[in-house]
Amino acid sequence: MGTATRAEPVPVWHQRRVRIYDREAPLGYLLLVPTLVVLGIFLLYPFFFGMWLSITDSELGNVGKFIGLGNYRFELRNTDGVFYGAVINTFLYTGVTTVFKLGLGLVMALLLNQVFPFRRFVRAALLLPYIIPTVLSYEAWRWMFDPTFSVINWLLVNTHLVHYPGPNWLGVPANAMAALMVVNVWRGTPFYAISFLAGMQVIPVDLYEAARVDGARRWQQFTNITLPLLRPVLLVVLLLSTILTFADFQGPFVLTNGAPYNSTQLLSIWAYQWGIPGGAIGLGAAISLVLFPLLTIVVAAVLFMLRRPE
Amino acid sequence: MAVQSTTRSGLPEVKRPKVRKPRIGRVIGDSLAGRVIRIYVPLLLFLVVTLFPFYWMAITSFKSASELFDFSVSPLWVREPTLAWYQHLLTQTNFPHWAFNTAVVAIISTLISLFCSVLAGYSLARLRYRGADSIGWGIFVTYLVPPTLLFLPLTFVIRELHLFNNLWALILTYPTFLIPFCTWMLMGFFKGIPHELEEAALVDGATRIQAMLRIAIPLAVPGILAAALFAFTLSWNEFLYALIFMNDSLVKTIPVGVTQELIHGDEFFWGELMAAALLGSVPVAVLYSFFVDHFVAGMTAGAVKG
Repeated sequence: MGTATRAEPVPVWHQRRVRIYDREAPLGYLLLVPTLVVLGIFLLYPFFFGMWLSITDSELGNVGKFIGLGNYRFELRNTDGVFYGAVINTFLYTGVTTVFKLGLGLVMALLLNQVFPFRRFVRAALLLPYIIPTVLSYEAWRWMFDPTFSVINWLLVNTHLVHYPGPNWLGVPANAMAALMVVNVWRGTPFYAISFLAGMQVIPVDLYEAARVDGARRWQQFTNITLPLLRPVLLVVLLLSTILTFADFQGPFVLTNGAPYNSTQLLSIWAYQWGIPGGAIGLGAAISLVLFPLLTIVVAAVLFMLRRPE
Repeated sequence: MAVQSTTRSGLPEVKRPKVRKPRIGRVIGDSLAGRVIRIYVPLLLFLVVTLFPFYWMAITSFKSASELFDFSVSPLWVREPTLAWYQHLLTQTNFPHWAFNTAVVAIISTLISLFCSVLAGYSLARLRYRGADSIGWGIFVTYLVPPTLLFLPLTFVIRELHLFNNLWALILTYPTFLIPFCTWMLMGFFKGIPHELEEAALVDGATRIQAMLRIAIPLAVPGILAAALFAFTLSWNEFLYALIFMNDSLVKTIPVGVTQELIHGDEFFWGELMAAALLGSVPVAVLYSFFVDHFVAGMTAGAVKG
């Protein structure tokens, strides 16, 4: 508006510039409309609607009436401690796998950052588990963990590492949880490696050369250059990965579905079991909503651990 | 090494031919034995553990029913390969339908997500207006609301829209997890494009929209490609929504069809299951093998600059 009424002559390009920047706000909001509409209808609305569902006795297909905190009370008290088990399992599953994925991902990224023959092929091959649809590769793992025809056990027995039948991977509580974690680490590590590799490739080579001139050993270079400069990547990757692992559904669903005896029960699986096959949508919503504050705590913890060292 | 040898002898003139290989990456030259222990052995271990499940998947799919459960001889090789499982899968099951559905859903939801997130990414990264930062944060925070939290209330939304057993249920819900990821990644790419390029166009009389369409978006094509790959892979991989919204065998996607319909009661037809798993993995694996570098580039833009 100002440009149109201004009396003094203003250079033409400047006029245009001012006018154009005045218009940035409407365009800015306009460009956000499609995103906000989609996220509003299919993310924000269901989220708040889910909060409402969790305090009703809704069933599959019809919204029930308000029952206060009944679902939460039932969840906490009347399900034979499955709830607490599921919470502990969810934390354990996320914590243990994250540590391994972080460590192995770093190692994998360091290796992939080296020069060796068939580098492209090796890199593509190592990142494969992350690309292949989870459910499909987990079916292969389930077949590898088969109680009678486990190829893993065949290998272990034939290399004389265990005695004949070998462990029952998915049928014994502790084994099942371990199996679940192993497969999650197998699938998740490449994501860490890809991201770390990306982060390492933008670290200036001069830094390493300078360090080498100063006589820094490989390990010193790693702790003093690579790690600090990877911090932003580390932060993003850890955030995304902990969130996704915390709310993981498809892998555990295919591999164990909470069995045996709820020993691998996770909040996500339990919410599904009550909500869909069980038909108690209200209770299911109450269970899955517990994830939200817990997830916020986990995210806060990650942010706190990786805060800028100052 | 070359530098050291000169200083040790104290002579600038070197007796040995001074062949210094151009160093790509960050390799510190050392002995072959050192490299074997430090690089090749760990790489080999990683490769074996990573690839074995796929190897097992592949050979299982070529084994006959009797060979499948014969562990008296080494199960690590196929003695009489057969295509029977593939034949059965492609002719006697709904697998072709599932494959078609998965492709349709993945392609359309990827396109929708790209459309939304290119615009949103551009807006958040390049335009200055009140609230841009908070909206950017808000989109990032949607990560805290994963599908696991949304699927139960979403069943009501889908019912309201009469989309049960309709591919549109998936096409419309997948963008909820694709858009935040793509937007975040594309913001990184847009931030990397120098402002001067667009400003020059503006000075020459282009409108802001023209500057966006003709300058910024074409320059962000590698980023858009990377985002497209990620989005496509994520949609191809999706399981929970498809499991809940698709009950009709003909409208299922590969992950749901394979886990729900190829298992009859307690009986596992591992040969067929693995054949389906392999076929279901091929499209993403092929796509990905062509574009590994874009994947890494995408992560660079998203994670490093974002």
